Amino acid sequence: MFKHSVMTVAIAAAFALPLSAGAAESPELAAIRAQIQEMKQSYEARLQALEQRLQDAQAAVAEAQNAAASAQQANAPAAPAAPAPAAPTTAAAGDNSFNPSISLVLGGTFSNLSQDPSTYRFGGFMPPVGEVGPGSRSFNLGESELTMAANIDPMFAGQLTFALTGENEASVEEAFVRTRELGGGTNVKAGRFLSGVGYLNAQHSHTWDFVDAPLAYQAFFGGQYKPDGVQVRWLAPFNTFLEVGAEVGSGRSFPGNDRNKNGFNATSVFAHAGDDIGDSASWRAGLSYLRTGAADRAYEFDGIPNAFSGKSSIWMADAVYKWAPNGNPTRTNFKLQGEYMRRKESGTLAAGELADAYASTQSGWYLQGVYQFMPNWRAGLRFDRLSSGTPFIGLVDSGALGMDAFPALVRYKPQRSSVMLDWSPSEFSRLRLQFARDEARPGQTDNQVYLQYIMSLGAHAGHTF
Amino acid sequence: MRTLTKSVSNKLLAAGALALSLALPAQAAINVLTCEPEWAALTTELAGDKASVSSATNALQDPHRVEARPGLIARTRNADLLVCTGLDLEAGWLPLLVQQSGNAKIAKGQPGYFEAGSFVPRLDVPAKLDRAEGDVHAFGNPHVHLNPHNIALISAQLAKRLAAIDPANAAYYAARQADFAGRWSQAMRKWETQAAPLRGLTLVEHHRNMEYLMSWLGMRQVGTLEPKPGVEPSAAQLGQLLAQLQQQPAKLVLRAAYQDERASNWLSQRAHIPAVVVPFTVGADKESGDLFALFDTTVQRLTQAVK
Ligand SMILES: [Zn+2]
Repeated sequence: MFKHSVMTVAIAAAFALPLSAGAAESPELAAIRAQIQEMKQSYEARLQALEQRLQDAQAAVAEAQNAAASAQQANAPAAPAAPAPAAPTTAAAGDNSFNPSISLVLGGTFSNLSQDPSTYRFGGFMPPVGEVGPGSRSFNLGESELTMAANIDPMFAGQLTFALTGENEASVEEAFVRTRELGGGTNVKAGRFLSGVGYLNAQHSHTWDFVDAPLAYQAFFGGQYKPDGVQVRWLAPFNTFLEVGAEVGSGRSFPGNDRNKNGFNATSVFAHAGDDIGDSASWRAGLSYLRTGAADRAYEFDGIPNAFSGKSSIWMADAVYKWAPNGNPTRTNFKLQGEYMRRKESGTLAAGELADAYASTQSGWYLQGVYQFMPNWRAGLRFDRLSSGTPFIGLVDSGALGMDAFPALVRYKPQRSSVMLDWSPSEFSRLRLQFARDEARPGQTDNQVYLQYIMSLGAHAGHTF
Repeated sequence: MRTLTKSVSNKLLAAGALALSLALPAQAAINVLTCEPEWAALTTELAGDKASVSSATNALQDPHRVEARPGLIARTRNADLLVCTGLDLEAGWLPLLVQQSGNAKIAKGQPGYFEAGSFVPRLDVPAKLDRAEGDVHAFGNPHVHLNPHNIALISAQLAKRLAAIDPANAAYYAARQADFAGRWSQAMRKWETQAAPLRGLTLVEHHRNMEYLMSWLGMRQVGTLEPKPGVEPSAAQLGQLLAQLQQQPAKLVLRAAYQDERASNWLSQRAHIPAVVVPFTVGADKESGDLFALFDTTVQRLTQAVK
């Protein structure tokens, strides 16, 4: 279809040959010149008309392809497409046409742990409820995830994520509806969702750079904080990224527990700011605050039952810096991230029949760097630290009981160093090797080796920054 | 005394007016965010100073793989019009970006979302959708901009869309489109004459992102460095490709400025064919400052390589 243009260019070039304009021209010459001018113009007009016809024809082909594509989408996800522009067909909507998109993440680990995982604990901390510790030895199914998501109508979209564990359990990781068109930089979510506090909390575990969550997330959230409630986020209309958000929830997720109470039992607020530094780097930093409570949050240690009731509040600071040459992460890139958490709990602590005042301030942080040194290959280093502090325990202070009645709460600073290497042959698969030296238990070192695979199938959701 | 008060109040008035004029944009230019630099260049051709235009990616980034960086989310929040290639090229990052921005104007299906790729005939619409084939593009090859006839088609549609978003300047956009279309079709004729020697040329490309350029200039691909779309080449696969070139020789190995040069240089040395880098989009180097320069440079690099 381009032959005509090449040919016509040759003609145009012939017309464009310089005709030197003499100072004094004979009428004959002027007439020839006028004739050439006229031919040029009519030629130009014909050329433009042809061009227009060509464009119209191409636009028609594009439209036919659009129609074919939408018909195909409506039929079945993998139906063969018409290779040539087909005649516009009306969308024959099948039963599956409005089904949610499905994405499946399959994960598994092979673990070698030098210490018995059933004795895992964070020295100086009440044992958290949730996904804590290195998991079992040998082969583990790990956590697989099944996500279904779809637009509900122009106003709402919904998503459901099941976490499937090796213990043959399916749990609801996330199940929420969200607004689509509120505009004004506002998004609202309701249901169960990964809270916006901190940095890593909002990210699904298969996108993490290490096999397991930082110790601080395990000790303070039991893995990740996933409230049942409502979240509002607002992005400020500036050229610099500034986002604020607030959540209210039932308060049932750790460090809270079910208090059989009406109203908003857990509230959190967070703010994130960020920007680009030239083409190659960007950063994001945030501050978050979570306030919740517990009633008879029981734990047992060394056969001694204890229970905490009272308020629990957590401050978090998080920062991440990413670098990729010219903003192109394909070949090499680097990511540095760190978070600090500080939890205050105050109320009463019961031991058997006795109960008295309790107050603690505990903190933890981690810092990690991941470097992609060549396409598909990354190496990472992480350091974790927790500080239990010395809690105020009324029963000990009054002399009613000795510290031996609270062996879990003896001051300690758990720490862990991890190093990992992973290989991702494509965007959809990743294999990882990780070594960790875990000193969470007082006086014991657990040498942990993990081999992990993470594969994603089906629809592929984008990754957040 | 009276004059003093008067001059003070005049100054206050002036200061107030100044503050007001700073607070309210003097000229209500529309905010346009484009996914790729070529659409930013095209929007600037059509809208001049009536739009403030920025691109989400630069010419040295891989448009398939972009991160929803904080600065980008902020720019998306304030966009009146989003101009993207579409056809799932940006599937890995754009939906998330639009969702996080909370900007309802530019959601898919809204007038604020312009999908350039949907206005041109597509090549490579797959007969089979399977990830075993790599990161395939279900709606056909999305790298449509390297055929200037596609730019012409998209330009006409984009001018209409600008007019719909900003009706007050509709006549302005139409006039600039007419002017651009005229200059563009002249330039196309020039490029087509210059590129006449490229007809029938065989080449190896890095990713299948030069198909529209090849179909425009009558060139043909006999292999790709990537074994499958989105999968980086390995030494073994490159060896296979080299062996395959014994049967089906290629005149050159072609890559875009954003792509890693190593695989292409490896093949160039062993197959004794030139490795040619084209800017691929506007702004990749100083010879490709706008759309005209992009094609000038592309045609020039290719013709020089086969001289
Ligand atoms: Zn592609």
